[in-house]
Amino acid sequence: MPLLHRLVRADHPAIPFTLDGVACEGRAGDTVLTAILTQADRLRLSEFSASPRAGFCQMGACQDCWVVLESGERLRACSTALTAGMRILTRRARAA
Amino acid sequence: MNERPQPLIVGAGPAGIRAAQALVAAGLRPLIVDEAPACGGQIYRQRFVPDARSSHDLYGSEAPKAEALHRDFAALEGKLDYWPQALLWNLRDGRADIMVAGTSRQVAYDGLVLATGATDRTLPIPGWTLPGVFTLGGAQIALKSQGCAIGSKIVFLGSGPLLYLVAWQYMKAGAKIVAVLDTAPFAAKFNLLRGLPLFPAIVLRGMRMTAELKLGGVALHYGVTDVRIEGKNAVEAIAWRQDGMEHRLACDGIGYGLALRSETQAADLAGCRFTFNPRDRTALPERDAAGRTSVPGVYLAGDGAGIAGADAAERAGERVALALLQDRGLPHDAGRTAALEAELARIGRFREVLEAAFPFPAHWIQDIADATTLCRCEEVTAGEVRAAIGRFGVHELNRLKAVSRIGMGRCQGRVCGAAAAELLAHETGFGIDAVGRLRSQAPIKPVPLTLALAAQQEAAE
Repeated sequence: MPLLHRLVRADHPAIPFTLDGVACEGRAGDTVLTAILTQADRLRLSEFSASPRAGFCQMGACQDCWVVLESGERLRACSTALTAGMRILTRRARAA
Repeated sequence: MNERPQPLIVGAGPAGIRAAQALVAAGLRPLIVDEAPACGGQIYRQRFVPDARSSHDLYGSEAPKAEALHRDFAALEGKLDYWPQALLWNLRDGRADIMVAGTSRQVAYDGLVLATGATDRTLPIPGWTLPGVFTLGGAQIALKSQGCAIGSKIVFLGSGPLLYLVAWQYMKAGAKIVAVLDTAPFAAKFNLLRGLPLFPAIVLRGMRMTAELKLGGVALHYGVTDVRIEGKNAVEAIAWRQDGMEHRLACDGIGYGLALRSETQAADLAGCRFTFNPRDRTALPERDAAGRTSVPGVYLAGDGAGIAGADAAERAGERVALALLQDRGLPHDAGRTAALEAELARIGRFREVLEAAFPFPAHWIQDIADATTLCRCEEVTAGEVRAAIGRFGVHELNRLKAVSRIGMGRCQGRVCGAAAAELLAHETGFGIDAVGRLRSQAPIKPVPLTLALAAQQEAAE
């Protein structure tokens, strides 16, 4: 179940990306965090206990929302704008 | 040419914007850097793209202030240098390391204004790492900046004016709020009456919001304690104790915060002397009424120097800019500095009232269960921290960090630092003022290793 619920911007232009290999759509103006959590209920699994995490502060302070791209690049989801073609992983990734 | 380097302002929120404006008015050309893509800080944060909502929808009664700040900053274009999406990650030898557009740049500055703002203060509670739990500030950003609600049945939990403000904003936006859980007893709110002579409009607005929440069918609970968030892979319910009774509510989103804490890492790296502040229960960089620190040429303004709110930040930003001008031997308006300091003093008195009305639940510390995660980054439990304190006879926070890994993760103790200090004070019997503070380390937020190496090479060449 998605964690976040859109109240506005539902009719904004779609931005395609993939989430764990599955084709998804965000909306123009989305952060990576918003794009993921309007379709899923987690951003990543924690390093030590593999428990699900979905961010906390949304202002770039807590560092809870890092996600990995298939390329190995890491992004802080709350402060990165979604761009077309991002291939995002929420599963536990091997160290990049 | 033997020009002095430009002043550097860190943070383009209310304090940074007003500081920039005053420096530009005096003929200086500051560089202002900010992590966000647009100016405004957290409380006046702007959307990535326009949407169907008006400025009033976003900022409520504060819309005119938000609009004025955004407009005034836009009017400075061409008269200053502005780096959005730029992270100051180190300060050394009068130079700043700033990550911007995928590269790190070293900037020499003459005059440093730190307007680094604040984040939510929290204490660990069971289930607080579950997806669906956000800080109050985070919940507000989801709504304001992204136009999203953090759930379909939401509970707001904590202490501080933001608790009621965010709940009210969510209600106005059409989100379903199940309850507001206030950690303070209802009687604490009578303290607000003392604030009426100081700022009647603010007190009355708070009362109106609370009344509208009640009229909107939102249950308000006071004096909640022993809070537990339940769920397997995401938030499913919240349980708490109140007046000796157990309570439980199903919900799928929780906004949580216990007022705010200052972001002081940059001031620490700049070498500013800190002293313990009993009201904020933490060490803060020292500053005089003008915003001068213990380091000549380094100035502090806004919530990053102690929590006082956005109105104070605007005034403090202008005030430090005038101090910088004075210290450079430039003309400045002495009447204006006195007026600003008088307003800041009045806001400071109001802040004492707010603290009494929305007290920090320090008593929660003794009840934090051993199994509860204290450090979210490194997944260190309260029990592991207690064991480390006892086993190593620790009574200082950096020592505790070394033996328990609290504060050693990606957030550098931004989230768990307050809780670790409170727990250490409680376990040792020392005062919260006697356990020290976590030393800040560069980079103050994670930067790619490749970036740091490139910067070093550049400096060596």
